[in-house]
Amino acid sequence: MISTMECAVDAQSLISISLMKIHNSRTQRGGIKLHKNLLVSYVLRNARQVYIKEKYAEIYRMQQYEEVMTVCNEIQELNPLDLEAEDAEDEEQARAACCAEEASACGSPCHRGAAHCRAAGTVAGCSLLEDGCKEPEPSYYRSCCMEAPPAPLCETTVLDLDTHVVTTVENGYLHQDCCCDALQCGQSAQSPAKKRKVEFGCCASDAEEAHDFTAARKRAKREDCSYSAPDYTDTSNISNLISIFGSGFSGLLSRQADLEQICSKQALASLGAWTRAIVAF
Amino acid sequence: NVSFLQFLLLTADIISTVEFNQSGELLATGDKGGRVVIFQQEQESKNKLQCRGEYNVYSTFQSHEPEFDYLKSLEIEEKINKIRWLPQKNAAHFLLSTNDKTIKLWKISERDKRPEGYNLKEEDGRYRDPNTVTTLRVPVFRPMDLMVEASPRRVFANAHTYHINSISVNSDCETYLSADDLRVNLWHLEITDRSFNIVDIKPANMEDLTEVITAAEFHPNQCNTFVYSSSKGTIRLCDMRAAALCDSHAKLFEEPEDPNNRSFFSEIISSISDVKFSHSGRYMMTRDYLSVKIWDLNMESRPVETYQVHEYLRSKLCSLYENDCIFDKFECCWNGNDSVVMTGSYNNFFRMFDRGYQQDMTLEASRENSKLRSVLKPRKVSTGGKRKKDEISVDSLDFNKKILHTAWHPLDNIIAVATTNNLYIFQDKLN
Repeated sequence: MISTMECAVDAQSLISISLMKIHNSRTQRGGIKLHKNLLVSYVLRNARQVYIKEKYAEIYRMQQYEEVMTVCNEIQELNPLDLEAEDAEDEEQARAACCAEEASACGSPCHRGAAHCRAAGTVAGCSLLEDGCKEPEPSYYRSCCMEAPPAPLCETTVLDLDTHVVTTVENGYLHQDCCCDALQCGQSAQSPAKKRKVEFGCCASDAEEAHDFTAARKRAKREDCSYSAPDYTDTSNISNLISIFGSGFSGLLSRQADLEQICSKQALASLGAWTRAIVAF
Repeated sequence: NVSFLQFLLLTADIISTVEFNQSGELLATGDKGGRVVIFQQEQESKNKLQCRGEYNVYSTFQSHEPEFDYLKSLEIEEKINKIRWLPQKNAAHFLLSTNDKTIKLWKISERDKRPEGYNLKEEDGRYRDPNTVTTLRVPVFRPMDLMVEASPRRVFANAHTYHINSISVNSDCETYLSADDLRVNLWHLEITDRSFNIVDIKPANMEDLTEVITAAEFHPNQCNTFVYSSSKGTIRLCDMRAAALCDSHAKLFEEPEDPNNRSFFSEIISSISDVKFSHSGRYMMTRDYLSVKIWDLNMESRPVETYQVHEYLRSKLCSLYENDCIFDKFECCWNGNDSVVMTGSYNNFFRMFDRGYQQDMTLEASRENSKLRSVLKPRKVSTGGKRKKDEISVDSLDFNKKILHTAWHPLDNIIAVATTNNLYIFQDKLN
């Protein structure tokens, strides 16, 4: 009998269910069934695509909200009182540091999940995927390094995890709510973020780097190595976002395919390990 | 409108394949434990209209044993995946049975006479001292109790890296094909130490794998033609005269996907689980998770007929994925004159589609609900809001009771339906 409980139709659950199936098939009598595992990998791919799309949609929604708040804040900044201006600046710094760090949250879930399963080889490994993803999820793409549709006042702030320098690039803006949510997620990054040195400077060179896709990826790799928090294993996504922001929101749409390709390569690379294991005979 | 009588049921290990021979006199079943059980139509009653569906056990033998591949540290299941009969040429019957890796040719023969009166042997078999022989006599055959013997005549091994899903005997009666996930091999029935690989879809890099072979069958009349279906929902027809390696198809049958029905599970439900040529050879039928499709071999763009087996499951795909039911491989079959097709479903339901009258029927194979020789009542699954009396709601279907294997007598309206553990035989009730 089909359970009368609602089954998990959300992408993330499907991803973990699929990974569990692949894992269980390794111990099945008669050897790994190639056909079944291939079909499961299709579900995995579909779920990942939906998951990514959902995240993009979330980012876009956040972005729209940010635009509104940008205007509000600018109105606020016109206030002659110094105190408020300072506070605003402090908030900005905190926001910048926090959110940019949050942005380097878990990478492609399936990549991690697969890696976990491969490493741990236990069901616990797979459930770790779920837990691990759930936590950073709300802040995952709440990266403030978001570029708005062509609006001259928006800025992108990028946190360099090597030098802990926050730089404001052309587009994008950090929003208070964004940071607060991130903080509410109880991220361990919270405290280190506040301690980080924050430097506002519009580094033109940085901006150019941000636009340079390749350079951004290279920097992401360095960031990856230097950052020690266990949750943030895959920061290449942040570099992809940076490059997207540089080319406008339409860039987001057109880059989506690229990003997906990159993510899919990651995912498929991890899946590839499975198929390699599967067809080792 | 045909009503059916339930005739026989037999409890066995999980039945994994069911197949009538070409005359319909014999019905073979294979099970998960590697055993083959052959039933024979009751000889005395097969001419009595109401008793044609009476089948008795004819022979039982262990076809395959579990094996262990030490090189790959893999256990090879003894489950019989497919049985195919060879056309009968003499008094003996021959069939091919296969598990995941090895195909065997079995000879089933009857012995009802025994030679008696040897000169050099005693009756019990002991040899006599030749010096004690003083007279000679000619041994004679005397009747004995019928004994049915099954003996393995050929073993076709070591030709498949992946799991064998199909075997099919060619109309030339000399060759047959075997198919696994990625390859199709051609064998000669007499030769066991080699086979020809005729289809190979293994990619150079396994990470590029996108589809596997799910079933293959020879054309019933044209010995050069065969088809194979894929997990992507396509069927390829190949002509062995064109090239030694039939990787490039002569025809590709594929129906474009309906974009409105796209879901996480689109790929799974479009995977073809069975392909069967019609007896005429003009059509072929494919089974995917939710439907049965009839294809005209002359038209590749889309099937000529599509029948929904259990469309009400489309909204349940997620649950069916979780409990693995979505991976169930249903088979399908034609009746003798290709006018009706049949396939299984859940809750021990099976479905028949009359192509001529465009009618469909749902029947249930069940011990509880049917008495022996009672008329089967058509069933109905309620899909809408209000459930009528006698209808069954989708949520009360038992998904552990599935009918994956069915077979139709080639010349008569007798069907064999396998539930998980039981074999039912139904015949139509002629008034």
